[in-house]
Amino acid sequence: MHNPSPESAPSNGLAFLMKNRVYHALSEIGDAFRLLAETIFQIFRPPLQFDLLMKQLLFIGFNSLSVVLVSGFFTGMVLGIQGYVQLKPYAVEGSVAQFVSISVVKELGPMITAFVLSGRIGASITAELSTMKVTEQIDALEVMGTNPVKYLVVPRFLACSIMLPILTIFSTFAGIFGGYVAVVSLFSFNGDFYILQVQKHLYVGSVLISLIKATSFGMAIAAVGCYKGFSISTAGGAEGVGTATTGSAVISLVTILVLDFVLNHILFNILGLK
Amino acid sequence: MPKTIFMISIKNVRKAFGEKKVLNGLDLEIPRGETLVIMGRSGCGKSVLLKIIAGLLPVDTGQVWVDGTEITKLKRKPLNEIRRKIGMLFQSAALFDSMTVAENIAFMLDQHTDLSQQEVRKIVDEKLKLVDLQGVQELRPAQLSGGMRKRVGLARALAFNPEIILYDEPTTGLDPVTCTEINELMRDLNQKLEVTSVVVTHDMHSAFSVGTLMVMLYEGKQIAYGTPDDLINEDNPVLQQFILFGAPDQILNIDNPTLKQFTGRNTE
Repeated sequence: MHNPSPESAPSNGLAFLMKNRVYHALSEIGDAFRLLAETIFQIFRPPLQFDLLMKQLLFIGFNSLSVVLVSGFFTGMVLGIQGYVQLKPYAVEGSVAQFVSISVVKELGPMITAFVLSGRIGASITAELSTMKVTEQIDALEVMGTNPVKYLVVPRFLACSIMLPILTIFSTFAGIFGGYVAVVSLFSFNGDFYILQVQKHLYVGSVLISLIKATSFGMAIAAVGCYKGFSISTAGGAEGVGTATTGSAVISLVTILVLDFVLNHILFNILGLK
Repeated sequence: MPKTIFMISIKNVRKAFGEKKVLNGLDLEIPRGETLVIMGRSGCGKSVLLKIIAGLLPVDTGQVWVDGTEITKLKRKPLNEIRRKIGMLFQSAALFDSMTVAENIAFMLDQHTDLSQQEVRKIVDEKLKLVDLQGVQELRPAQLSGGMRKRVGLARALAFNPEIILYDEPTTGLDPVTCTEINELMRDLNQKLEVTSVVVTHDMHSAFSVGTLMVMLYEGKQIAYGTPDDLINEDNPVLQQFILFGAPDQILNIDNPTLKQFTGRNTE
């Protein structure tokens, strides 16, 4: 019988471990996309329960508005200070409004809103659904002839996809206003000139890009949150709920970053939007 | 379609989770109107079998017939039609935390019927009365005791007037007095409503109290099946050992040599 050499045994073990990890990750991605496909299929299958959708819209919008406004405002302030300080040596500090508005509209508005919602709403969706799974409430739905994807996932997926662009608009305005407050109060920048510059450089195309990104991030947050909630084992218990919730927040953040790169590449590089 | 003698038929069902074989070619038939108690040690596949009957878990191989329909290959829609004949009481009651007691019981009616709010409320009150609970309609599940949660779970299972009731460990985690009350309630309901019931338990008091038929599972197969009297007189060491450690005293006093061997009462 062939005995593996002492050197090869650990490397074989490592290879086996990595193979298992990759297999597990690919299998999870496959399952997540299957849930996403089922969700999209169920959206177009009547009846759509508007009461459930309204409840989720209110929950996501109402609970997140203040934190989104504050995050957007301070991000805009930081951008205002950084922009002014970095541009001043080149004597182009007058472009600070353009710098703030383009950064906030095209990138940071949707991104900050998505980050806030992934930690707040994505994790909350996972915690709620995984608790329902562990306490057999999802099995109970099934036995009572109700499709859990239609009843639980569809309203959350739609609400995230609708509310994220709306919250992004608020966050973007807060960001631009934050930049205004920072440069006007700290550097005595001309406020009217700031507003004029913002109006001049705020294109419909830029807003559209922002909304496309926000909608995609909303779908990603809901899909990850629901998948992590559903994928927990019934025997997982409280520890499983905790692990799933943390995992959901981390995966959401990584997914948003990857998705942002892909969307930037498609929108700016391939489609040539500005 | 003519009604079959058996409400539920399990034919050569196998189910494994990874390497662990849980059900290993199980055959089981449950006649209409009977209350079958499924017994067996923890992890022997009792709850898995119940979930397979409810269509919650797929089988690896084999067939499951519910009221004359083979359900293992059914798509969701026809399976949901069959599920409307089934009410299930879960081990943890599985009440929806976000809803009141009344909303929990009304859930299936709201989802699948066009009944008015008054009609639904009337049914909710009726079902609560059936399980000896009243005045709890507006409470949340978190405000209920363990026994009350089980009763509400049972009322919810009865809301759609099922022909089959599945009980998953109905007395687990309850004090002896509440256990007895739940046993009496199950027995009364099974007689009053003339339903077919399947009870998974390893509580021998409960098993002998409610069962009209019993089956013992061991290593994924049935090793004994019959009426409670049949099982007591069965000459099977695994079964008798199981009964010995949980059965009421009056049952342990009967004249069965195998049972006596375990109890040490073989004085002859």
